Amino acid sequence: MIKTLKMHRAKSDAIFDTIIFIVLTFIFLIVAYPLYFVIISSISDPSAVAGGKVIWVPVGLNFRGYEEVFKNDSVMRGFVNSIIYTVMGVILNLAVTLPTAYALSRSDFMGNRFVTIFYLITMFVSGGMIPTYLVVKSCGFLDSVWALIVPGALGVYNMIVARTFFKTSLPNELLEASKLDGCGNTRFFFHIALPLSSAIIAILILYYGVGHWNSYFSALLYLSDNKKFPLQLVLRSILVLNEAQLQKGGASTAQQLIELERQRQLVELMKYSLIIVSSIPVMIIYPLVQKHFVKGVMIGSVKG
Amino acid sequence: MRTGQLEMPKKKKSLAKKWRENLDLWFFVLPGMVITFIFSYVPLYGLQIAFRRFSAKKGIWGSPWVGLDHFVRYFEGPYFWSTLGNTFLLSLYSLIAGFPIPIILALMLNSFRHKRYRRLIQTVTYAPNFISTVVMAGMLLLFLSPSVGIVSELLGVFGIPSVNFMAEKSLWRHIYVWSGVWQNTGWNSVIFFAALAGVSPEFHEAAIVDGASKFQRILYIDLPTILPTATILLILNCGSILSVGFEKAFLLQNDLNLSVSEIISTYTYKVGLVQNDMSYSTAIGLFNSVINAVLLVIVNWTADKLSGTSLW
Repeated sequence: MIKTLKMHRAKSDAIFDTIIFIVLTFIFLIVAYPLYFVIISSISDPSAVAGGKVIWVPVGLNFRGYEEVFKNDSVMRGFVNSIIYTVMGVILNLAVTLPTAYALSRSDFMGNRFVTIFYLITMFVSGGMIPTYLVVKSCGFLDSVWALIVPGALGVYNMIVARTFFKTSLPNELLEASKLDGCGNTRFFFHIALPLSSAIIAILILYYGVGHWNSYFSALLYLSDNKKFPLQLVLRSILVLNEAQLQKGGASTAQQLIELERQRQLVELMKYSLIIVSSIPVMIIYPLVQKHFVKGVMIGSVKG
Repeated sequence: MRTGQLEMPKKKKSLAKKWRENLDLWFFVLPGMVITFIFSYVPLYGLQIAFRRFSAKKGIWGSPWVGLDHFVRYFEGPYFWSTLGNTFLLSLYSLIAGFPIPIILALMLNSFRHKRYRRLIQTVTYAPNFISTVVMAGMLLLFLSPSVGIVSELLGVFGIPSVNFMAEKSLWRHIYVWSGVWQNTGWNSVIFFAALAGVSPEFHEAAIVDGASKFQRILYIDLPTILPTATILLILNCGSILSVGFEKAFLLQNDLNLSVSEIISTYTYKVGLVQNDMSYSTAIGLFNSVINAVLLVIVNWTADKLSGTSLW
């Protein structure tokens, strides 16, 4: 009797497992295919891509799209700008976030409650686009890198994640012992707390870094000199506004028409390569730190 | 005993001494507070331009008061119902489509036995989260291009005629919402997956002994575990139902789909910084925030009454 029940259960569980396997594989393919498609298109022949012949494998393997990307001055300038903004932004983020998070992790810090509430309020009320714009403008930040990195120097969510990390990973005894040895708060923070916190520093670098690298809205608001545009704004003009340069001039002869069509296809191909190139920094980092990313979400969910 | 003696003097510390002892910690929080004060609190003060006719020459103080004129202008203007409706529909659709799927994904991944395949699925489904909004919009435009896009090619295989997807009003919301689901489902499932890791295996063992099937165990053990997390997230999402992000909608807009894609945030941007009507734009933004706050309170109150879970 029990045996048949168990067998019945094993059978229904096996069916259930199979269903889950199929559904998850389906989800996996739906997410993976568009990414895969961009990759194979970027290394295919332009006319094959335009003709819809590229579906499973690259057709007419070549790197012309990438050549176009690297020849494009505004893309390269945007790339360099974005790297500079991201590095500067992350340094400022860390310099502001880590000390704040550390101080708030100390229950013997008398300003703890006040400062926490000070930050929590900003999560629920904000002045909105225009008042913030006016403040940035009156700081003289318009058309400068500061407009992109200073206003968001401290992300409240990231700060709370870091605070929770400090709270749970730095034992109180360590601080007590250091104090007995005459170590002040500043020294403790730099020489003991920070070296023990490489995990949270990695998480913050990634959260903030991806944020800077991917953002375009503040650049759209505050920058007008296109020599200063970050990569995402350049991408916007090419991918979304379709402003890639085609050679101008009337096409009268059949040969010119063919040439024009060829160029149009090349521009389309370049878009795929551009998507890949713009994702390189994130793609390099992502597999290395996937564990940390997930850990960050977990810390954040413990005490958010 | 010894530790007790050591701790004795600490308790006797006066309040003044406690303050003095950690005075240097104030320097730790000072830079962040100054920046946050300037860029989060000073703009709150600037909100008053919603009630003035602001001009850059006269400054905030010099601009004349106009009371609720800007609000009235918005309420009575041609864009009020369309922007409000578009924002609300887009947000509600995103919430309904996007909220349950990460929970289902997390539950499935959690009961999935092939550990290595599971890691692969996680790695791949998290990845789109790191694609920038611009690239996401670019990919959509490439895939959905009526002449050379992969989607119209695939439809062509089944003999379905291609349409200009981005110009089709009836398709715009679906494109916006489901591309968002594609991009965010994996990452949004992380928090539920983490909560599931906290389920004690003893529950499952006991349930197995009692003859529960796998599906029953998911239904009666796993699901209740993540319910509080899900409720909190749902409350927060409902509270921001009228704050649909500017970035993606703005990028996917064109003249042909504007009647469904113009939402409050894109309208505020255009009015404020393209047409330079800053007071009007601020008034619309303020109206939006107030509605959000009211919604948050209502939803939180409802959730508290129904399930006992609330934000405060």
